[in-house]
Amino acid sequence: MSADHGHAASTPVPPVKLKVDVKQVFARLEPRCQEIAAKYDRRQAALIPVLNLCQETFGCITPEIEEVVARFIGISVTKVHEVRSFYTLYSTTPLGRHRVQVCRTLSCALLGAEDVIERVGKCLAAMPGTTTPDGRVSFEAVECLGACELAPMMRVDDHFEGPLTPEKAEEIVKKLE
Amino acid sequence: MQHERFLSTRFNTTEFQDLGAYRKAGGYETAKKAITAMTPAQIIDVVKASNLRGLGGAGFPAGMKWSFIPKDNPNPRYLVVNADEGEPGTFKDRYLMVHDPHRLIEGMMIASFAIGAHKAYIYIRGEYIRPADILDKAIAQARAAGVLGPKCLGSDYALEIVVFRGAGAYICGEETALLESLEGKKGQPRLKPPFPAVIGLFNCPTVINNVETLCCVPYILERGADWFSKLGAEKNGGNRLFCLSGHVKRPGVYECSMRVTLRELIYEQAGGMREGRTLKAVIPGGISAAILTANEIDTQMDFDSLKKAGTMAGSGGVIIMDDSTNMVKALWNAMQFFSHESCGQCSPCREGTGWAFKVVSRMLNGQGHKNDIAALLHASRNMMGTTICAFGDAAGTPGVSYIQKFPKEFEERCTHA
Repeated sequence: MSADHGHAASTPVPPVKLKVDVKQVFARLEPRCQEIAAKYDRRQAALIPVLNLCQETFGCITPEIEEVVARFIGISVTKVHEVRSFYTLYSTTPLGRHRVQVCRTLSCALLGAEDVIERVGKCLAAMPGTTTPDGRVSFEAVECLGACELAPMMRVDDHFEGPLTPEKAEEIVKKLE
Repeated sequence: MQHERFLSTRFNTTEFQDLGAYRKAGGYETAKKAITAMTPAQIIDVVKASNLRGLGGAGFPAGMKWSFIPKDNPNPRYLVVNADEGEPGTFKDRYLMVHDPHRLIEGMMIASFAIGAHKAYIYIRGEYIRPADILDKAIAQARAAGVLGPKCLGSDYALEIVVFRGAGAYICGEETALLESLEGKKGQPRLKPPFPAVIGLFNCPTVINNVETLCCVPYILERGADWFSKLGAEKNGGNRLFCLSGHVKRPGVYECSMRVTLRELIYEQAGGMREGRTLKAVIPGGISAAILTANEIDTQMDFDSLKKAGTMAGSGGVIIMDDSTNMVKALWNAMQFFSHESCGQCSPCREGTGWAFKVVSRMLNGQGHKNDIAALLHASRNMMGTTICAFGDAAGTPGVSYIQKFPKEFEERCTHA
């Protein structure tokens, strides 16, 4: 349960309405979703891979997306919602163009993760769990990313950066466009 | 001591991501021999004799696990690879997948053949995006070359492998939570029994093995059970990839015999403590393992020796802390992790991790009450042995062991009436 996780927290804000037509975009994804579903001996096993694809495509998973996914898999929206809200990689609000996750767990904490988190937050003028207003960077402080030899470290989109100093982290984050 | 290394010899190159390079170096010859010239029972016997233990954390004998698959069950069987490397302090499986992906595939092929599976899944954590891509490419290449597919390596044996990316949840490293997740559900562990060998993925017989465990298998068949078993300690065959992180000079993955001592790992392999610092404490097997003091590091690193030392070998994640470490802060960090990652299914863990985190937060902020140590011990012990999965024991262990080993630091912070 990601109770204190910024993006997944159930704050009482109305659900995001995306500018794109969700049904139309999903219709274009459907051939890829069918390919995914064909890999599994049960259709529901495709749920997480399909949600991953939606997260990548839409930048978030809104209730509207949960609905189209539920219809595609053939299960209730409740079940999709239950899964969506369990995992930390799904965001309810659109993520920025870049996703920066700074690890805060023990090995990174021992080597100064707190200072890295503070500096990245200052440089972005963003709190962990939020996205910069210009949509450039989503910034999170997360649990162990499995790269403790790089401590303190962070994930920037698809790759890991470390060992960091607050200065190095700032430099990397500033360069993101 | 001298260590005969094999798992980690390719960690300085990415050359062997390519099927051609892997085969040129003799790759897939062992799998070919296994599926054409050996019976499943013979393979299982060799793995049993090698004393290969499950290297994900539980240390269960791998050959024995394979032998639990019922012979008369008409359902399909599955091999599932646990690549959800999430235990804080652990990062070895990432190295294996990035630098030697075909070794994993070859190990999977042998294991699948031994248990009679024709489909295997690799469950990899969602944050390992590049390793997942590397595996996808390696599998596609192997399939195009006929290594995998309906006629593996020209034999009559069929095997398909699918990579499944998770979506961020520590609990999915627990094998039954992993199965739930793979079935498209939230990752909440199942009651055992029934064990996955009987009722696993899609209610079918399933073996779940860690990445490193499977990577050992081709070597065992190639060089013999005796060779592998003698490399390690009694009943703990082979080498292990130890992950050293924290306050050492050279954090990283070190492949050593199971007979290696914690002292050697810290002072010889990882270069010792940072300049001017001394060792204070070490967690030998991931954040869930009981902490040891600087006086307790002459233990051997195999599963049984660490159990005797009152802790566990776990995932091989060794976290080292020097004399600058505040133990209350370290425990606070661990409890923040556990309270965030509890899946919420069992109340002792769901509530206990939250309580424990709150009590340690109070201590850390200088607001600790006189009875807070007792409260923390109570919450911690109440989680242990009372939950569906081992997360409860894992979450209770740090509180109990940090207070036991470093009582003064906690007492000093619990002075309010």
